[in-house]
Amino acid sequence: MRLKLDKNLTPEISKAFLLANIIIIVAFSLIFSRLWYLQVLKGDYYRALSENNRIRIQEISAPRGTLFDRNEVPLVDSFPSFDVSLYRQDVPDMEALIRPLSRILSTPEEKIRSRLEAARGIPLHQPLKIKTNITREELAAVETRRLDLPGVVVDVVIRRNYPYKNLASHLIGYLGEISQKELEQEEFWNHKLGYLVGKYGIEKKFELDLMGENGGRQIEVNAMGHKIRVLGQAEPNPGNNLHLSLDLELQKVAEEAMAGKRGALVAMNPRNGDILAMVSKPDFDPNLFARGISAENWKSIVENPAHPLQNRTIQGQYPPGSVFKILVAMAGLEEKAITPETAFQCTGVHPFGDREYRCWNKEGHGWVSLRRAIVESCDVYFYQLGMRLGVNRIAKYASAAGLGDPTGFPLGLEKPGLVPTSSWKMKKFGIPWQAGENLAIAIGQGYNLATPLQIACTFSALFNGGNYYQPRIVQSIRAPHGESLREFPPLILRNIPVSSGTIEFVREALWGAVNSPSGTGIKARVEGFSVAGKTGTSQVVQKKEGKSEPTSPDLQDHAWFACFAPSHHPEITVVVLVEHGGGGGTTAAPVARQVLEFYYQQLKRPPSSPAHIAAQPTPARLDEG
Amino acid sequence: MLDRRLIINFDWPTLVTAFLISCIGIFNIYSSTFPHGGTAAPLFLKQAYWLILGLGLVIFVLAFDYRTFVRYSYPFFLLCLLLLILVMAVGRTTSGSQRWLSMGFFSFQPSELTKIALILAMTRFFTEKEDPRGYGLRELGIPFLLLGLPILLIFKQPDLGTVILLLLIFTSILLFVGVRFKTWALLGAGVAAAIPILWIFLKEYQKNRLLTFLNPDLDPLRTGYHISQSKIAVGSGALFGKGFLKGTQSQLHFLPEQHTDFIFSVLAEEWGFAGCVFLLFLLLFLISRGVKIAKTSKDRAGATLAIGVTAMIFWQSFINVGMVVGILPVVGVPLPLVSYGGTALVTTLAGVALMMNVSMRRFMLSP
Repeated sequence: MRLKLDKNLTPEISKAFLLANIIIIVAFSLIFSRLWYLQVLKGDYYRALSENNRIRIQEISAPRGTLFDRNEVPLVDSFPSFDVSLYRQDVPDMEALIRPLSRILSTPEEKIRSRLEAARGIPLHQPLKIKTNITREELAAVETRRLDLPGVVVDVVIRRNYPYKNLASHLIGYLGEISQKELEQEEFWNHKLGYLVGKYGIEKKFELDLMGENGGRQIEVNAMGHKIRVLGQAEPNPGNNLHLSLDLELQKVAEEAMAGKRGALVAMNPRNGDILAMVSKPDFDPNLFARGISAENWKSIVENPAHPLQNRTIQGQYPPGSVFKILVAMAGLEEKAITPETAFQCTGVHPFGDREYRCWNKEGHGWVSLRRAIVESCDVYFYQLGMRLGVNRIAKYASAAGLGDPTGFPLGLEKPGLVPTSSWKMKKFGIPWQAGENLAIAIGQGYNLATPLQIACTFSALFNGGNYYQPRIVQSIRAPHGESLREFPPLILRNIPVSSGTIEFVREALWGAVNSPSGTGIKARVEGFSVAGKTGTSQVVQKKEGKSEPTSPDLQDHAWFACFAPSHHPEITVVVLVEHGGGGGTTAAPVARQVLEFYYQQLKRPPSSPAHIAAQPTPARLDEG
Repeated sequence: MLDRRLIINFDWPTLVTAFLISCIGIFNIYSSTFPHGGTAAPLFLKQAYWLILGLGLVIFVLAFDYRTFVRYSYPFFLLCLLLLILVMAVGRTTSGSQRWLSMGFFSFQPSELTKIALILAMTRFFTEKEDPRGYGLRELGIPFLLLGLPILLIFKQPDLGTVILLLLIFTSILLFVGVRFKTWALLGAGVAAAIPILWIFLKEYQKNRLLTFLNPDLDPLRTGYHISQSKIAVGSGALFGKGFLKGTQSQLHFLPEQHTDFIFSVLAEEWGFAGCVFLLFLLLFLISRGVKIAKTSKDRAGATLAIGVTAMIFWQSFINVGMVVGILPVVGVPLPLVSYGGTALVTTLAGVALMMNVSMRRFMLSP
């Protein structure tokens, strides 16, 4: 390095060059002496470290966040499990290892081989999970034969446990091993092959909140792979906790009431959209997935014709049947097609064109007004009203009440249902709307489709004063020590433009449907609790001659019951759908009653009478909700 | 335009040194990405194409007087700023930081280009606004703007390494253009005062990240682990190394960035102390050529330009090697001409060409 300065430089600049040269010399001297130290003085030490063995990362898994019900009762917990991993760099002869390993872990050799094949792109020093959640016997076998199993390591991993098994399984979801596709996503940059991530339900939707961050130890190991010392440690960060709107006790009752049936049940708080209970049957045990699901179990779930993985509350689309009549009635009153006094004669059959449209009551209802038509669910009355209104005016009210659109259920996967109109049919099939179809629409058949959750949201909104709430399942996300990270306040998505006079009329009629002796929903009656509700029976196949005796259970009608209580100021909405259950009043209404009864006993509220509502149907009072 | 004196004064030693260093780089990229599977072109081949492109750029840069480049430096600087903004909008994100523009068959890193743009723009400013009394704070407004804008954009990506480099290049140039002593004192005091204030505004995770930069033991699973592995790789090379493609650490791919930021560890493992000294002396030679060119330049523009480029090469070499051998915190800074990365290679070669340009034209000054 030349330090002599040229003559024509100013003293300041000369000083700058001198300083620059000093900095350069010092910097390079530092590096040279460091290299001398590392490579020459300590070269043998590092050579040995690099050859015999290495520094490793041993993971400490982060506890996953817990789910709590609305009363702070945990819905999930955890248990320690043992996983077997392989450090491929320490295996001198892979072929010689695969056989004993396969025997000890009772895992087919091909499975281990395909696992190794899949991990080709992963650096050799990274551990590869071979089997998760081994049994105590397998653990003992691995530990005693450790010397014959070079590179094989057992890790303790905290695993998710679902103590209530199938309870609310569609809502909670399940975990599964991370897929190659997920690994490539930006949000999983921190994940490795073999990690478990949420695959369904809340576990999936809130994966990033629940997962936490794994910690680990940087350890130095000897040639046998045994730990010599810990060089550094990072504690894991537990995942955050979710506080749900679900009521565990009510959910248990709802599960019990639906046991053995195929269908769906939703219980929600109409005043804020909180889902209190949500049941879809058949269901599954998420524990099977968390422990690494076996091929047979997976097959039995996927190939089950009843589709246990389907969440029928949001994915099952059914014709709403007579439940839909309340919207037709509202349309009739609002559009002034009828007044409450308008009466039609029901002879049990209504001829139209070259067909006969039947009432469920073969004897006929005689002259019926609107209230009785709702209470006794007279089909002929609604055929006539449907003809007066036409499909498009009915659709206007059905859409305004939220049908035909997803409810905004926060876990997604929701089906939108269908509210047909004449232009929809033209666009879809290229055929104009037929007058006879108005009749089917008016009793909730035909193209009409709705999910149980949609019916629950619509009922809640109509009778809480007109506020359509987004269903809420997660109320808040909190850090492990309790600090609130994110709140999900109730959210009103829209207001339903139906006059309070019409609402009050229908409300009273629905009370009658459950509480008057001729009501179709009498089996949902709860002594002391003023329940209001509507039955529905949706036809699975269009039957030519009314109610024929079905030959196969798969051809039986779907049974609906939608209700709310207390009728004048609802606190709970319950919707029940039983697939192929037959009549709504006989099958679905008793299910709803069990839930309502439990809810009522829990609250021990003073009873309220319908006279009380009739006296004070003021909107101001209803707006409290 | 092509004067005989240009050919006589052609700076062969500088060009040959830069070329040699680049070839060492390609060899080490070959080793650090071995075996070369897959359908995509192997990285060492890509780097070789970039080197050919860079040599073409050297000829282009030498064909014009360096003052021409200085004259167009402000529009060029603005272009770089636009590219940085574009990166923010549509850039490609790799391992959490957004710094690439995808141009079909290759990606491009505008933050690399910004280094040259800053050097050229500062050269223009300090040539036009010469102040024999030395600069005070007020006169330095525009240079601070030239530094501040790209730093803000690059900090957002986030690319702390480039931010630190721009700061060092800036400070190095200030050292030579003549800044009043009082101003230095004020700047020093200002920086010292700003740090605790900035610290208060940082989020918890940002603080942790910075602390980890300073003390990798706080993150034993990632940064700290890399340091341990890097030290083992370097140390195990011993005096003469394990031989080409024989580095056990490198061939097991312990380090995620071993063909870019940690390439020196591959060289150190396979070629030992001898190999390290060889490469470092080549770099030192290039740097001292730069210092000499600055010193013998006959105009202020040439001197400033050479200082800037030399500072860029020096600081990058020092920080990168210092990080690999574990005496400096881990910030993502590539080793000039050696690390894999097309934009960085071409940019550094363009800088070397500007230096050569100053050297070649030092005897034919006509304002």
